[in-house]
Amino acid sequence: MVPFAGYEMPVQYSPGILAEHNHTRAKASIFDVSHMGQVALRGDDPAAALETLVPGDIAGLAGGRMRYTMFTNETGGILDDLMVTNVGDYLFLVVNAACKDDDIAHLRAGLPGGTEFDVLENRSLIALQGPAAANVLARHAPGADIMPFMSAQPFEIDGSRLAVTRSGYTGEDGYEISIPSADAVRITEILLADDDVELAGLGARDSLRLEAGLCLYGHDIDKTTTPVEAGLTWSIGKRRRAGGGFPGAEIIQRQIADGTTRKRVGILPDGKAPAREGTQITDAHGGVIGVVTSGGFGPTAGGPVAMGYVDSDYATKETPVNLVVRDKPRPGRIAAMPFVPNRYYRGQE
Amino acid sequence: MSDLKFSKEHEWVRLEGDIATVGISHFAQEQLGDVVFVELPDVGKQVVKDGDAAVVESVKAASEVYAPVSGEIVEVNGELEDDPELVNKSPTGEGWFMKIRLSDASELDGMMDEAAYNDFAASPG
Repeated sequence: MVPFAGYEMPVQYSPGILAEHNHTRAKASIFDVSHMGQVALRGDDPAAALETLVPGDIAGLAGGRMRYTMFTNETGGILDDLMVTNVGDYLFLVVNAACKDDDIAHLRAGLPGGTEFDVLENRSLIALQGPAAANVLARHAPGADIMPFMSAQPFEIDGSRLAVTRSGYTGEDGYEISIPSADAVRITEILLADDDVELAGLGARDSLRLEAGLCLYGHDIDKTTTPVEAGLTWSIGKRRRAGGGFPGAEIIQRQIADGTTRKRVGILPDGKAPAREGTQITDAHGGVIGVVTSGGFGPTAGGPVAMGYVDSDYATKETPVNLVVRDKPRPGRIAAMPFVPNRYYRGQE
Repeated sequence: MSDLKFSKEHEWVRLEGDIATVGISHFAQEQLGDVVFVELPDVGKQVVKDGDAAVVESVKAASEVYAPVSGEIVEVNGELEDDPELVNKSPTGEGWFMKIRLSDASELDGMMDEAAYNDFAASPG
């Protein structure tokens, strides 16, 4: 167990990170992500209110659908990334644990009048992730298996009312399940009773999301990186790109039009040595062109994988670069992400 | 009781003549978790007691392996390049790191035997 943002978090369970990672890709794992902040946003027009703080198209979010977006600051930097679900009569937000208090202060200060929010302190959150997740959950929650990726639906298991979204942070099919905390252990044990399901910790969560090419806040994105630099422009809807109306809009709009001087990229080291966070990226002449923001061993990729920022001139796939690990430049190349193909459920059609 | 001697940095040494075979302890591999990469020194390199000798990387992090004794690297375990998990499977056997030709045998005197090391590793902090 390690302290993380005020919570005691398991880095790994007894099988170890590698086994937990592989089990998630092969079958299904449960991650306790109750440290994440869960917030309900209500009011006359919570979508319009939230759009003053995020560049995502929230007004265009149909009922029962969810979207990835971020709180931006006046310079276009990212204060936090979050998931927003249109539950129907309110918006449901999931934010990062380490940013939770700042996010709440930001919402309090920034939301226009007529909008209220509740921090759902009495709800836990688990992620059920992996190719077996749909069958496992559908045994207890019939119909959960045909929910499309990035949709939300309420279910009841063993008398407990759950808010289920088909989403996750592993690149696999799966769910995040919000549970009244009093029921969280019981519901987790019910799902865990399935032969296909094991527990997985923070270590596997990190290696899975890295292989999936997903950003970790505070590492791959932060106040100094914009969504455009981070390769997250896809999350900014057409209407928002044109209309702006979120913090840092001018800078972000200009970057979308003109490009940025650096970009977040995937990097594959040629050898077996992992290039970890903070590793300098250099060109053939030893000039520094960037830095690794997340890196390690990708169990499914079968070798080291990394992501980081490089000067845009070097951001094209297959560009050779050097990774300075323990003062020694080691060859690698810019690579497409994800490192392991996503396997999200897009529906039956 | 084994013929191994242990350092406080969790390396072990097995002495045959003036050649010390070096690896990391069972406790150390357990703490590291799944080993995915080992960087070994060049043969012929001189190492000094408590100085950097190798690097072991687990899924979690990179850790230095220190030379428990001073001397010249005469052989390294090339198997670890393809099978770094040998460090987990057989830390005091097939998962050895390097062989050092001792320059000062008295350096072994300060090391722990297995029983003393197990007590040391089991103590908190």
